[in-house]
Amino acid sequence: MQIFPRELNLLPLVLGVASTLASIAVIGVVWYYFSPANLQVGYEPHQPIPYSHRLHVGQLGLDCRYCHSQIERSHEAMIPPTQTCMGCHDIVRKDSPALAPLRASWATNDPVPWVRVHKLPGHVYFDHSAHLAAGVGCVTCHGRIDRMDVVHVDQPISMEWCLDCHRNPAPNLRPPSEITNMTWQPDKTWVATADSVNPPTNCSGCHR
Amino acid sequence: MSDATPIKAIGETYLLPEGTTAHDLTELISGVTENKAPRGWWVLFTLALLLLGLMTVCIAYVLYMGIGVWGNNSPVFWAWDITNFVWWIGIGHAGTLISAILYLFRQKWRTSINRFAEAMTVFAVLCAGLFPALHTGRPWFDYYLFPIPNQMAMWPNFKSPLMWDVFAVSTYLTISVIFWYVGLIPDLATVRDRSRSLLRKRIYGFLALGWRGSHRGWQHYERAYLIFAGISTPLVLSVHSVVSMDFATSVLPGWHTTIFPPYFVAGAVFSGFGLVLTLMLVVRSVFGMHSIVSIRHLDLMNKFLLATSMMVAYSYAMEFFIAWYSGDPYEWWVFYHARVGWAQPDHLGNWGPLWWSWYWMVTCNCLVPQVFWFKRARTSVPIMMVASIFVNIGMWFERFVIIVGALHQDFLPSAWGTFHPTWIDVGVYLGTFGLFLTLFLLFVRWIPMFGIAELKGTLPGAHPDLHHHEEPSPALAAEPSPAE
Repeated sequence: MQIFPRELNLLPLVLGVASTLASIAVIGVVWYYFSPANLQVGYEPHQPIPYSHRLHVGQLGLDCRYCHSQIERSHEAMIPPTQTCMGCHDIVRKDSPALAPLRASWATNDPVPWVRVHKLPGHVYFDHSAHLAAGVGCVTCHGRIDRMDVVHVDQPISMEWCLDCHRNPAPNLRPPSEITNMTWQPDKTWVATADSVNPPTNCSGCHR
Repeated sequence: MSDATPIKAIGETYLLPEGTTAHDLTELISGVTENKAPRGWWVLFTLALLLLGLMTVCIAYVLYMGIGVWGNNSPVFWAWDITNFVWWIGIGHAGTLISAILYLFRQKWRTSINRFAEAMTVFAVLCAGLFPALHTGRPWFDYYLFPIPNQMAMWPNFKSPLMWDVFAVSTYLTISVIFWYVGLIPDLATVRDRSRSLLRKRIYGFLALGWRGSHRGWQHYERAYLIFAGISTPLVLSVHSVVSMDFATSVLPGWHTTIFPPYFVAGAVFSGFGLVLTLMLVVRSVFGMHSIVSIRHLDLMNKFLLATSMMVAYSYAMEFFIAWYSGDPYEWWVFYHARVGWAQPDHLGNWGPLWWSWYWMVTCNCLVPQVFWFKRARTSVPIMMVASIFVNIGMWFERFVIIVGALHQDFLPSAWGTFHPTWIDVGVYLGTFGLFLTLFLLFVRWIPMFGIAELKGTLPGAHPDLHHHEEPSPALAAEPSPAE
């Protein structure tokens, strides 16, 4: 007596093909979807105050370091305190309804709850000051901030992306005077002097 | 004596009781999968499910809270989790040793325990794998361990012994499963052919992969089995050697030892035989398998335990010798202070806080098995039951002594500490017994727990010169079997 239908003879073939396709699919899914390029680029959280970098940087021409003032000395790109904003907004547009949370912060001494945009994993040690000292411009990692109304993640902040530059930093370096310049382009006289930095490429360079 | 000499002329007896027929074996072994489960099975299964529930709860808690709920903390970053991992992996070693190496050496008595031990191997390796998977702290990133192409430049570091471990253990699991399954095919076909209901026929028929018992089938089968035995044999040595390199390649006193690979392998076989023996004694009495696993088999297993115990004892002694001979004060400290507890009192005149674990280890692993020098002990079920349990306790302590014992006091006295397990440590460890026992009890209930076809090969009827040398009287038959 036959206990299985005849079609079941195809099972080994089907299983073989299906498992091959499934493993390719798993790799494809991991490769594409489990990547910071997919998971992080374009992250654009809603901020408590509609602060526009396009207005302040692009049109008014504020230097990045006016607000992120400790950037050349600190590992962290500090978020400016309310006092920095009030330096101007005590006078400029002092009654704007959009700035109500700022005035509330000023009155109560509670910080404005800005939402962090660029998040690095806890096991990565990243230092802004070292990168600026080496001559990496703001725009290299953060994109054209001067054109963003709301800041979003521009580059995939993945290990591979970090390593690409650590292994070959020269194309991303500029003179220290130009680090906050959003439009700087290298000229022929500059390129030749770019290999003075020697970024770490071993694990403990960043995973301390 | 040449191989052609009939078995009785060289003073040996058949492994199974005189008069056992092939049909008896089929009935007895397939019967377990067909009849109602005995009460003992239900008692054990309930216990196993309770422990499995405990494991589920504890692991869920670990996943939710993070591994900070374990007692691991500086300087003891590897503690019960890695101890349990090595312990379970070690237990898994008896399976391959019995099935592959004893097969290549034509040790026919293995037929009564090999299926059993192979199943144990597979389940033990599954339990073992849980611990490093959780130990990473973020188990959802465990896929980093495998070389899966990705956009993160994330690639395994093949220079790391921890990475070798991933591959050694996963290879071992794969080969063990395949080897176990290949051995099962003819027996699954036997169960299929005896099945009455269509569902049973279909399930066992599916698993038997269309086995028909033809000559050609057997010829291919035997060859395949031999090849798998050949592939598995080096794995017996390689897996635990690689596990030992997790420790031996570091520079920590108490870990940095060239004797570790053979020492770990001997210990693994020792603990594996210990657990096979414990479980065998339980299952044998629950299912009434005394005729298949006779006192003679148990006697042989106890000799194995004794031999591997001596190897382990030698390794312990050699570690102490090397520590002394090195003249290195840190090595001396680990062995003479932290382990034995004397020779160098610390600055407060104290013994090391974990010295007692070393005495557990030596008592259970080196002293207890010495009873097996006596035939009286080797053939007494209660004695071997107790001794085999002690062996497993001792082997757990061996890993604890190596891992926690070496970590808690290393080079810098200011960085010393000790280790206290939490309830979650205990719960996860006990819980893995639930996983192991649940799988194991399902196995003995639904899958032929002895190799029916292989056992038939040890019957007189399978002996090629049966009719030439048939003894007229059964006087020369079985040697007097000692009372149980």
